[in-house]
Amino acid sequence: MLYRENGQFKTSYRADQAVFPIAQDRLAILAIIAAAIVVVPFVAPEYLFRAILIPFLILSLAALGLNILVGYCGQISLGTGAFMAVGAYAAYNFQVRIEGMPLIASLLLGGVCSTAVGVLFGVPSLRIKGLYLAVATLAAQFFVDWAFLRVKWFTNDSASGSVSVAGLQVLGLPIETPVQKYLFCLAFVIVFALIAKNLVRGHIGREWMAIRDMDVAAAVIGIRPVYAKLTAFAVSSFIVGVAGALWGFVHLGSWEPAAFNIDRSFQLLFMVIIGGLGSIMGSFFGAAFIVVLPIVLDNLPYWFGIPIDTALAAHLTFMIFGALIVFFLIVEPHGLARLWSIGKEKLRLWPFPH
Amino acid sequence: MAFFLETLIGGLMSGMLYSLIALGFVLIFKASGVFNFAQGAMVLFAALAMARFSEWIPQGLGIESKVLGNLLAFAAAMLVMVIVAWLIEKLVLGKLVNQEGITLLMATLGITYFLDGFGQTLFGSQIYKIDVGLPKDPIFLLEGVFQGGILVSQEDLYAAVIAAALVAALSLFFQKTATGRALRAVADDHQAAQSIGIPLSRVWVIVWSVAGFVALVAGIIWGSKLGVQFSLSVLALKGLPVVILGGLTSVPGAIIGGLILGMGEKLSEVFLGPMIGGGIEIWFGYVLALLFLLVRPQGLFGEKIIDRV
Repeated sequence: MLYRENGQFKTSYRADQAVFPIAQDRLAILAIIAAAIVVVPFVAPEYLFRAILIPFLILSLAALGLNILVGYCGQISLGTGAFMAVGAYAAYNFQVRIEGMPLIASLLLGGVCSTAVGVLFGVPSLRIKGLYLAVATLAAQFFVDWAFLRVKWFTNDSASGSVSVAGLQVLGLPIETPVQKYLFCLAFVIVFALIAKNLVRGHIGREWMAIRDMDVAAAVIGIRPVYAKLTAFAVSSFIVGVAGALWGFVHLGSWEPAAFNIDRSFQLLFMVIIGGLGSIMGSFFGAAFIVVLPIVLDNLPYWFGIPIDTALAAHLTFMIFGALIVFFLIVEPHGLARLWSIGKEKLRLWPFPH
Repeated sequence: MAFFLETLIGGLMSGMLYSLIALGFVLIFKASGVFNFAQGAMVLFAALAMARFSEWIPQGLGIESKVLGNLLAFAAAMLVMVIVAWLIEKLVLGKLVNQEGITLLMATLGITYFLDGFGQTLFGSQIYKIDVGLPKDPIFLLEGVFQGGILVSQEDLYAAVIAAALVAALSLFFQKTATGRALRAVADDHQAAQSIGIPLSRVWVIVWSVAGFVALVAGIIWGSKLGVQFSLSVLALKGLPVVILGGLTSVPGAIIGGLILGMGEKLSEVFLGPMIGGGIEIWFGYVLALLFLLVRPQGLFGEKIIDRV
């Protein structure tokens, strides 16, 4: 009833190519963003920021980056944690070693370093694919884990091996309270989501998708696989690197390489699968799902008054994760994002389905 | 020189154990084209089952003899692995027929998580012992040639012999039996095999059971060496670079890849490690595999990868 596009005529090419061609979509997105900026900081309790909202924002940014590589370009990566780590540690080094470095500049430069590493480990993708590439990215994961643990230069010779940042500020505004951290991350997420959305609708996104669907055929019609694959690696690891830097700087504050281990890589991959491969929206759904699910599973027994011991709860979480992955792959390979768009299709006809 | 040889032999022995895990990968990939990421989880699951059954069965039935208890536990664990194989085929792979390799890989990732959680829920998550009577004392070889001789762990030696026997048995099974022929036919061409009346789903159950059997053997050997604990599942990731080195479709490749990896890992750790900070065992295999992929994407013995449009 409310959600239909009758009467919305597109009279210019601009209107035809808008990100959200339907007026209700535009309004809804603007309303969500406005609510996230204006309403949430005043109503949400502090626990919600620390445990859910900030991790959700940062991880959805990382999932967005990974989705560009896996969902749009079809290059599977099990080394996302490594690229996050590169972003975090590079940003840390810029911040610590250069006096008066602006925070945003270090975060973005962290992303640039992550891009360089990502492209380096993406080079094998020109010769190998699929399963073999997965192993190549695992090499990145283990190598980076080791490097940040053992090479003292990266951690600024810190004795304990963990690094920390304090007194974050942007243009004189401090970023200390959860609300400030939340708004800071939110700004990054909005900007990057907009950039990513426009990249994947542009010619470069189409090249990625052509490579994903069939690389030999794409090469035959004149798409350069080298360029397409390496740009996908570059863009993806840039976003992932910035997300990693945010994760270290804003969410953790002090961290060690274990924060970016292989479990993080798998977690992000699961977000992308469950959320929806090849969908910007899906990255957010997936991140929300995977951030919230363990918390719900942990608390569920208490809500129902059935005490479970924590080890069992952890194992059950594992099982439910695994089962959900398989379930989604079988039933809905396009993930939550697909369910969302099916819902929207249904809504367009509701309540008169003829 | 003696130290070098000792390191080398130690490396070859642990390489043999990597081969055991890699073998599981290769078997399943050959027969169903699925890259089974869950092999590590299967090793953990099988080892947990074996460890707990060898505790429960003698207690429950009042069996005194250790050999009999272990044999019964082995049989029970094998039965569990067959059930797991059947369930995986029934609930997961059967529903994902004709999907892309990537999808199947991610499905096995899901299976990995499920099995890790399920195994520990079912069998507990402490560190358990498997004692099948492998001798623990080291022996010294070539004492006449080098002073002090070369120290070799007897346990490793037995493990290597078991691994070699397993490989021989498997190749006999694949080459000589009717089931083995059916497995190879399915590996070669699913549709052709199906059209001459080979039941695909049964073949898959068989091959996953065989992989479960290999996982059980690997789990017992690793478990009696290190204790059965969660890290077994992670350790099994070491099998990945092995199959890349050896080629995903080659059983001898898995063995030789494992040996190269084990050897390279130990030698590099001992001789190269101190120079760049130590602990390079963690990534050495992967980086070796990565460099190797650039030169020869199909591995040492793999079939050439041909793209068709």
